[in-house]
Amino acid sequence: MIWVDTVLQGVLLGGLYALFALGLSLVFGIMRLVNLAHGDLIVFAAYLILMLVTLLGLGPFVAALIALPIMFGLGWALQRVVLNRVLGTDILPPLLVTFGLSVVLQNALLEGFSADSRRIPAGWLETASLPVGPISLGVMPLLTFLSAIGVTLALQFIFYRTSLGRAFRATSDDPVTASLMGVKPASVFAQATGIAMVVVTIAALYLGTRANFDPTTGPARLIYAFEAVIIGGLGSLWGTLAGGVIIGVAQTVGAQINPEWQILAGHVAFLAVLLVRPRGLFPRAFD
Amino acid sequence: MALLETRGLTAFYGDFQALFGVDLTLAEGETVAVIGANGAGKTTLMRSIAGVIRQALGMVRFDGREIGAMAPDEIMALGIAMVPEGRKLFPSLSVEENLLMGAHRRKVAGPWRLETVYDLFPILKERRGQPGTALSGGQQQMVSIGRALMSNPRVLLCDEISLGLAPVVIRDIYAAFPRIRETGASIVVVEQDIGQALKVADRVHCMMEGRVTLSGRPEELSREAIHDAYFGAAA
Ligand SMILES: Nc1ncnc2c1ncn2[C@@H]1O[C@H](COP(=O)(O)OP(=O)(O)O)[C@@H](O)[C@H]1O
Ligand SMILES: [Mg+2]
Repeated sequence: MIWVDTVLQGVLLGGLYALFALGLSLVFGIMRLVNLAHGDLIVFAAYLILMLVTLLGLGPFVAALIALPIMFGLGWALQRVVLNRVLGTDILPPLLVTFGLSVVLQNALLEGFSADSRRIPAGWLETASLPVGPISLGVMPLLTFLSAIGVTLALQFIFYRTSLGRAFRATSDDPVTASLMGVKPASVFAQATGIAMVVVTIAALYLGTRANFDPTTGPARLIYAFEAVIIGGLGSLWGTLAGGVIIGVAQTVGAQINPEWQILAGHVAFLAVLLVRPRGLFPRAFD
Repeated sequence: MALLETRGLTAFYGDFQALFGVDLTLAEGETVAVIGANGAGKTTLMRSIAGVIRQALGMVRFDGREIGAMAPDEIMALGIAMVPEGRKLFPSLSVEENLLMGAHRRKVAGPWRLETVYDLFPILKERRGQPGTALSGGQQQMVSIGRALMSNPRVLLCDEISLGLAPVVIRDIYAAFPRIRETGASIVVVEQDIGQALKVADRVHCMMEGRVTLSGRPEELSREAIHDAYFGAAA
């Protein structure tokens, strides 16, 4: 029974890692951009939600709802003003720019909020749990996991059922030919990053309500996100969700064996998958 | 007045000059062929008109408007659609999605929509759900032409649609051209297949090394003149 519980907790934890990763996966899939500031943007969004909660006295979910359009706008502007200028055949400039952004964000947050670790208060939800047979599942972890599935479904819908998604895929295949169809790659990319920041905000809500965070929390989240994206196969959204779950389960199982092994077990699972399937579980047919 | 006109068009790849003052006119409803050997500058000419290669002001006019410096998506919105060299289907998109991409930006009512493109190339309807890249070369070319038609363009630019295709397939594809012309579209066909070009075109321009070396109506041009303009007089 304890193992069923452990695995279930791991699956739910995987939902959080999937949320960290889905925005990264989306942006990478569309514009082959690896955003090294992704984790810091999640932490930034967590502070934004925290501010809305403490300054306006809002509940965390309402605050996140308000943060969503703000983060979409910031993502859109970031892409338009900064990232579009460095995208090209050379992958180094965007890496350097997003690394720089990561450093800037961390320092700005340190200036603004100090190094103290914070948490978004979620009231009774923090400790609420649902009994499922002999096992009890936390309401927040359950919501996190359901949100991860919801986000995957929504992104999947945008990607494969809307004209915006068609333009995403066409631009990802061949930006020059897409522009001959009337697509403006710069604007498509800005919308994609805007959507990625919406996912980042949802991730921030659960990161911030479930655990403490401080201005330097970002890079560690980035690693989990990377591992989930790579395990799943670059550019595959369901793969990213599966990747998050694999890391989550590996961590809880590892921790069950020896509490010190939690983090290590996640990384080992990542390496093990890569050894068996170097291109991830669900690689895209076209690259 | 010409619908589309280039005047003294030049183009560069870095320091390399690919076009040296190309003048081309296309009247409403007309079909013009541009022929020339590999490397003559035909694709560069098409890409300059479509905006993939940005031009200085004053070099390209469309419908009385200066379009040389515009971005490709703006030019396509005005009604110039391209069937690019090598077909360039989107591999992640199905046949039908490829077609729909043609009308992504320019959604004007006109003779061309999914049903009429499927009428023109019935095989595409059978294959509508497959990835474009699963099709044969000729079928892919049909998708590429259909995709361009989906925007109901005023000018259709076709870059070497016969490239790499078997003669019967080429004939099938060119069999669609009378129906495309009937809808009033003006067409530029770039071809290395001289016979095909002379058949469909009202006028022909021959290019060599970035210049137009011969122009005229197909019936006015002798084989020798075309040969000289194509390969150079010394060849
Ligand atoms: N991207 C490019 N970079 C450098 N040179 C190019 C490029 N594309 C074409 N060229 C050169 O420009 C000339 C014209 O090429 P192109 O317009 O493709 O000719 P065509 O379509 O008639 O075969 C050729 O000499 C070709 O080598
Ligand atoms: Mg060419």
